[in-house]
Amino acid sequence: MTPAVVISGLHKRFGDLEVLKGIDAEVQPGEVVCVIGPSGSGKSTLLRCVNLLEVPEEGTVVVNGVELTHRDVDIDAARRSVGMVFQQFNLFPHLTVLENLTIAQRTVLGRGKAAADGVARENLERVGLAEREGSYPAKLSGGQQQRVAIARALSMDPQVMLFDEPTSALDPELVGEVLAVMRSLADDGMTMLVVTHEMQFAREVADKVLFMDGGHVVEQGPAAQVVGDPQHERTKLFLSRVLNPNHLE
Amino acid sequence: MTQPRARMSPRKRKLYVQVAAYAVFVLAVLGLVLFADWGAVGEYFLDLDVAANAFPKIITVALKNTVIYTLSAYVVGFVIGLVVALMRLSSIAVYRAVALVYIEVFRGLPALVVFLIFGFGLPVAFPGLVFPFEQYGTVAVALGLVAAAYMAETFRAGIQAVPKGQMEAARSLGMPYTRAMRSIVVPQALRVVIPPLTNELILLFKDSSLVFVLGVTAFTTELSKFGGDLAATYADSTPLVLAGAMYLVITVPLGYLVRRLEAKQGRAR
Repeated sequence: MTPAVVISGLHKRFGDLEVLKGIDAEVQPGEVVCVIGPSGSGKSTLLRCVNLLEVPEEGTVVVNGVELTHRDVDIDAARRSVGMVFQQFNLFPHLTVLENLTIAQRTVLGRGKAAADGVARENLERVGLAEREGSYPAKLSGGQQQRVAIARALSMDPQVMLFDEPTSALDPELVGEVLAVMRSLADDGMTMLVVTHEMQFAREVADKVLFMDGGHVVEQGPAAQVVGDPQHERTKLFLSRVLNPNHLE
Repeated sequence: MTQPRARMSPRKRKLYVQVAAYAVFVLAVLGLVLFADWGAVGEYFLDLDVAANAFPKIITVALKNTVIYTLSAYVVGFVIGLVVALMRLSSIAVYRAVALVYIEVFRGLPALVVFLIFGFGLPVAFPGLVFPFEQYGTVAVALGLVAAAYMAETFRAGIQAVPKGQMEAARSLGMPYTRAMRSIVVPQALRVVIPPLTNELILLFKDSSLVFVLGVTAFTTELSKFGGDLAATYADSTPLVLAGAMYLVITVPLGYLVRRLEAKQGRAR
C-alpha cells in the first residue's frame, strides 16, 4: 500500500530562522498521526508544508503518490485531495454555512448546485449541524464554527485531513464537541495528520505520535509508547509539564 | 497649619464656564443681527426674483449634468481603482511598480491639471483622439482617473484588512488565487470600504465643478458654472447660493449615510 503522505528531508526557513531542520515522516492510509511539541517547535509549519501553504526550501512532500513539491505540479489541483482545518476556523463570514461548504465544490470541482448542496448537507449532518445551514458563521459558537470548518474541508472529498491545533482557540467547554467529531472521522477511516496539545486525544485516537522540538522530530512511534513511555529526555520533560501543569520541578 | 482658601467646587466651576460660553454665543448672534446689513444680504444673496429665473434649468440641466459627471467618473474610478489595488498587491513586481507610479502621479496632481491635459493637451498631441460621448466622456475619464488613485489606496487598505486566514482557507480548498480574491477576499473588503468610498463620492461631487475649465455649453454646464454665469448676468449672488444649496442637498444626506454605515460597522466589530 502506498503511504498517504511521505515527508522527506524537509527544510523550511523564515529569513535567518530555520524552522524545520530536516523532517522525515510518513502517514499510512487510514492512519491518525498526532504531532505534539512545545510552541515554536515547527509543528504548524510542518503541517502547512504538507499542502504548500508554506513552500519548503528543501525536501519533498508526496501525497497519494503525487509529489506536491515538484515544480511542474498544479498546486491548486493537488490541494484538492488535502483538507485543512485551522486553529482560527477561517470560515467565510460573508457566506452562510451552506455556502461556505459549497463555494469551493462549485467553483473548483465544478459541481452543480443540487449536487454541491447534497454533499454539503451530508457533511453538516456528519458534524451534527444540519439545522444551521442558513446561519452566518458569526451566529455560531466557536465549537460549531470549527465543526462547520471540518465539514467544509470534508465536502471536497479529501483523502487526507490536516488539523492545525483545531481546539486551541476554543473555550474549554467547547473542545469536547470538536474532538468528538474528529474521533468519529478517525473511526470512519479518515487519514489524519493532527497538530494538537490534547494529549488525551493523542493517546486515545492516534495510531502514531510525533514529538517535535527545535525543528526536529525528536521521537516518534505508537501513541501509547510516545505519550505513555517516552524514551527521550526532552519528550519526558515536555510531557511531564503538559500533563502536570501545576507541578513545578 | 492653616487650611488653604477654599476653592470653587468643580461642579460650580463647570456651571460658570458653561454660562460664560453661552453668553459669548448670545452676544455674537446679537451683534450679527444688530449690525449686519440685512437688506443688502437679502437683496444680493436671497433675491426671489433672480432665484425664480434660475429654475427649472438649475435642476434639469445643471444638477443633472453634475450628477452625470460625478457618477460616470465614480464608476470609472471604482473599476480602475480596484484593478490598480489588485496590481499593487500582486506578486509580480512590475505590476506593483506600475500601480505605485499611477497612484503617486494621479494623487499628486491637482485635478485641475489633469483636466487641462485631457481637455487641451491630449487633443493637440493626438488629433485623432476622441472620447466617446464628447464632453461627458472626457470628464468621466479625467475625473475617473484621479478618483481611481484615491480609491485604489482605499481598496488596498480594505483588502489588507481581510484576515490572511481567509485567503489561506480558500487556497487550501483548492481555489486558485484569482478565484479566492474574487469570491472570498474582495467581497469582504468591499464591505469595509463602503464608508470611505461614499466619502470619495462626496469629494468627487464637488470636484466635478472643475469641468468648467474644459469650456462648457448651455447643455453641458454644471452647477457651479451655471450659478456663476447667472450671478454675473444679474450682478447678484443668489444663483450661487442656490447652486450651493443643490450641492448640500446631495452631500449632506450622503454624509449622514456614511456616519450611519460607520456606526453600524463599529457595532458589528
